[in-house]
Amino acid sequence: MWTTRDNSARRPLVRVTRRYRFAAAHRLHADSLSDEQNCAVYGKCNNPFGHGHDYVMDVTVRGEVDPRLGRLIPLDQLDAFVHRVVVEPMDRRDLNRDVPEFARLVPTTENLARVVAARVAAAWPAAFPGSPAIPEKVKIWETKRNIFEVFVTAADGGRQGAQQEQFEARLVEESR
Amino acid sequence: MLITRRIDFSASHTLANPALSEAENLALYGQDARPHGHGHNYVLEVTLAGEPDPVTGMIVDLKDVKRVLEEEVVEPMDHRHLNREVPPFDRLTPTAENLAVEIWRRLQPRFEGTPARLAGIRLYETEDLYVDYAGQ
Repeated sequence: MWTTRDNSARRPLVRVTRRYRFAAAHRLHADSLSDEQNCAVYGKCNNPFGHGHDYVMDVTVRGEVDPRLGRLIPLDQLDAFVHRVVVEPMDRRDLNRDVPEFARLVPTTENLARVVAARVAAAWPAAFPGSPAIPEKVKIWETKRNIFEVFVTAADGGRQGAQQEQFEARLVEESR
Repeated sequence: MLITRRIDFSASHTLANPALSEAENLALYGQDARPHGHGHNYVLEVTLAGEPDPVTGMIVDLKDVKRVLEEEVVEPMDHRHLNREVPPFDRLTPTAENLAVEIWRRLQPRFEGTPARLAGIRLYETEDLYVDYAGQ
């Protein structure tokens, strides 16, 4: 157990970021626009046959280090969770046709990042009940030049929200 | 203003809590708990905060930063077995989280009273895993 200057026993607050990869096809096409408008807005990305990317995705989790484990979260459990919720349903798939959220939503990487964050937030409480680790951020490289980042917002509105407030209160207190 | 200096070091470790049995550790950490250990090419990013001196145009002389990082991190940890050679990892599991916290504890006092405050560190264990720690 670490101690701080005031000698109180406190667990360090860390952020752990883990990288995942998946390859998927997509086509950028908004149903609400005409074919001409889609072509004008999305250009080559509107190709009716689609195209694909090797997505790289960083998932950041934050919280206090478990003193017995010396970790914020068991990595094998985090990996299994992200594979189940994101990688397996999206890898080697057509996002438009194989991922239900994109049946009516354009699979831009802005929207992909939001969908991933929403899936992580929704599935987290059941996968890690009582865990001090909470998902914080998803960052996706569509290519090495295009990078998208969103914060994960708690889906349950309660438990994670309360944890986030405690976390932020502690940051404020300790920065004084 | 923030400036970041990057260094790397290679070290071996085994993930095992010394208070637990080998079987318990294998259950907790899987292949990372194999008793003879394995290694990583760690990359450490050290971020300092401060304002540039109006004369020199520098927050801090990066040669001095490099020397501190050599003394506190590279010399004691590079090409070492963390569990066997680098306290407190004789009694604390050298996970990336614990290693980041230990590096912070070593570095933070070295920048106290200087124009550069230690703002945060990022420790990459592999390209696919890193830990951020800012002393909280």
